[in-house]
Amino acid sequence: MLWSDHLVMLPIVLPLVAGAITLVLDERRLALKAAISIGAALLQVVTAVAIVRLADASFATVYRLGDWPAPFGIVLVVDRVAAILILLTSVLGVAALVFSLARWQRAGPRFHSLVQFLLMGVNGAFLTGDIFNLFVFFEVLLAASYGLALHGSGGARVGASLHYVVVNLTASLLLLIGASLIYGATGTLNMADLALRWREAAPPDRTLFEAGAAILGVAFLVKAGMWPVCFWLPGAYSAASAPAASLFAVLTKVGVYAVLRTGLLFGTGAEATPSVGTPWLAYGGMATIAFGALGVLASQDMARLASYSVLVSSGTLLAAIAIGSTALTGAALYYLVVSTLALSALFLLVELVERGGRPGAGILAVTAEAFGAGEGEGEEVEIGIAIPAATALLGLSFAGCAIMLAGLPPLAGFIGKFAILNALLRADPVPAASWALLALLVASGLATIVATARAGVRRFWAQPDGRAPRVRAIELAPIALLLALCVALTVGAGALIRYLDEGARALHAPGGYVDRVLGR
Amino acid sequence: MTEVVIACAIGVLAASGVWLLLRPRTFQVAIGLSMLSYAVNLFIFAMGRLRVGAAPVVEVGRAADPAAFADPLPQALVLTAIVIGFATTALLLVVLLAARGFSGTDHVDGREST
Repeated sequence: MLWSDHLVMLPIVLPLVAGAITLVLDERRLALKAAISIGAALLQVVTAVAIVRLADASFATVYRLGDWPAPFGIVLVVDRVAAILILLTSVLGVAALVFSLARWQRAGPRFHSLVQFLLMGVNGAFLTGDIFNLFVFFEVLLAASYGLALHGSGGARVGASLHYVVVNLTASLLLLIGASLIYGATGTLNMADLALRWREAAPPDRTLFEAGAAILGVAFLVKAGMWPVCFWLPGAYSAASAPAASLFAVLTKVGVYAVLRTGLLFGTGAEATPSVGTPWLAYGGMATIAFGALGVLASQDMARLASYSVLVSSGTLLAAIAIGSTALTGAALYYLVVSTLALSALFLLVELVERGGRPGAGILAVTAEAFGAGEGEGEEVEIGIAIPAATALLGLSFAGCAIMLAGLPPLAGFIGKFAILNALLRADPVPAASWALLALLVASGLATIVATARAGVRRFWAQPDGRAPRVRAIELAPIALLLALCVALTVGAGALIRYLDEGARALHAPGGYVDRVLGR
Repeated sequence: MTEVVIACAIGVLAASGVWLLLRPRTFQVAIGLSMLSYAVNLFIFAMGRLRVGAAPVVEVGRAADPAAFADPLPQALVLTAIVIGFATTALLLVVLLAARGFSGTDHVDGREST
């Protein structure tokens, strides 16, 4: 095998090795740990770029672990969609790690290992071609996310984490039940093999398979945050520390990706549409948008606003996937990438903005508590050099995030929503569900802009004590990076949408995927 | 007969697990999750079909007739699931104790509902 054949393995191996090394290093050698961790994250970006190019060159690259043939061995599969999502994850990883250099890495033990293991789990979930491995990688990323949710400690964080852990443990049990039912009915766990086998299954087994797939779907939807199984999300995400929350922005997308991948593989016919419970998925997605938009409007602090924006983004994706023409899936994937970047930037930004906010505000109380628990380094706030005009920079970044999330021109959020609307209206006649989604998308954009404008005015213009937040350049850099990427994706939207359209076409015609995996 | 016993065991464990999961005390929730995971582990095991007196490992040199052996895959899966479940339960117990320390109550919401 050539070196490049092992490239597919690297997004899992790199964070695993970096996480293991930083785990055994002593907590006092924090600079070394940070260097290793950020170095590994940068390497992951390089690898991810190489993988994106690899996926562009070939239809789907299959990596057989231990070189066992596909239905028996475990496979990793890279196609365009997985490649782009891995690149997105690695960029978020770098941003969160750089942000944490200023203070968050000191707020609790083993921060760097947890981030690396989280990246490993997310990358693995995007790459795997096997349902049970999907469960294993979900567990890896969840276990790391439990640690990150608790990072910084404090009463509010621990209370929110308790709910988060219990809900996700229960969802993982559902995932196990679904996977084992599918195995019992078809005798295989390989996704490509399943796509063939389930059609041949006789009625009793067929029913069992469909029940299994439905239970699996519910488990994915809990992770993706679909209403009515999303009530755990705002609490956990808004209480989490800033770098952790910015990484969590991609976790719901893992659930969405799993729904998309398995839904289309288990679809029917050549031009496949997701078959199991599709109308429900569309209505569920729309209910999620509505619930998220109401939550955004009702939010009193910015962290909750960002958390409910995650729900709006998830709902949009789920509904678009369920209505699901090929063009719509491509547009939805573009929206996924840009909305995740914007959400991640917003979560980082929120903490900086609230830091200078009213003393006694909910989030400030939480962070203050965290620093109290952070090994007596509570005075670290003062070390930061106050950038003159810090407030102006923060305000500008916040406006950028708000424009992205609301989908106003000229930034990429607008292009994403516009592409979705365009694909929705291309069907002839336009079904009622598409009209409903269209209306909800526009309404949720309006709700977002109202809520973010209100929050922005309150924070930046009507500050009662007018104290500028003390912010270090290293904390602004990752936010600037993420927003610059959003701008770059606005300019280069055509290229990315074409790439993702190709990816969506491949997802909708799973025959090629199946052939490549099974080596036929 | 074995089928009935296994089915009842899974059913009773799952039912008790769900009931405990919905209780307001964190310890009850932890025990409920453990019981649910026992039920799920048994369920995975049963999905390989129940066989008595059949080995899961093919013997060297003997013609491999799949009908003579138990399905080894669910047994491997259940091991993975047990290990992961064990680790996450341990973590849950830590979170539970920390929440008890911070809030001063073992109610899942961190305050007594009056």
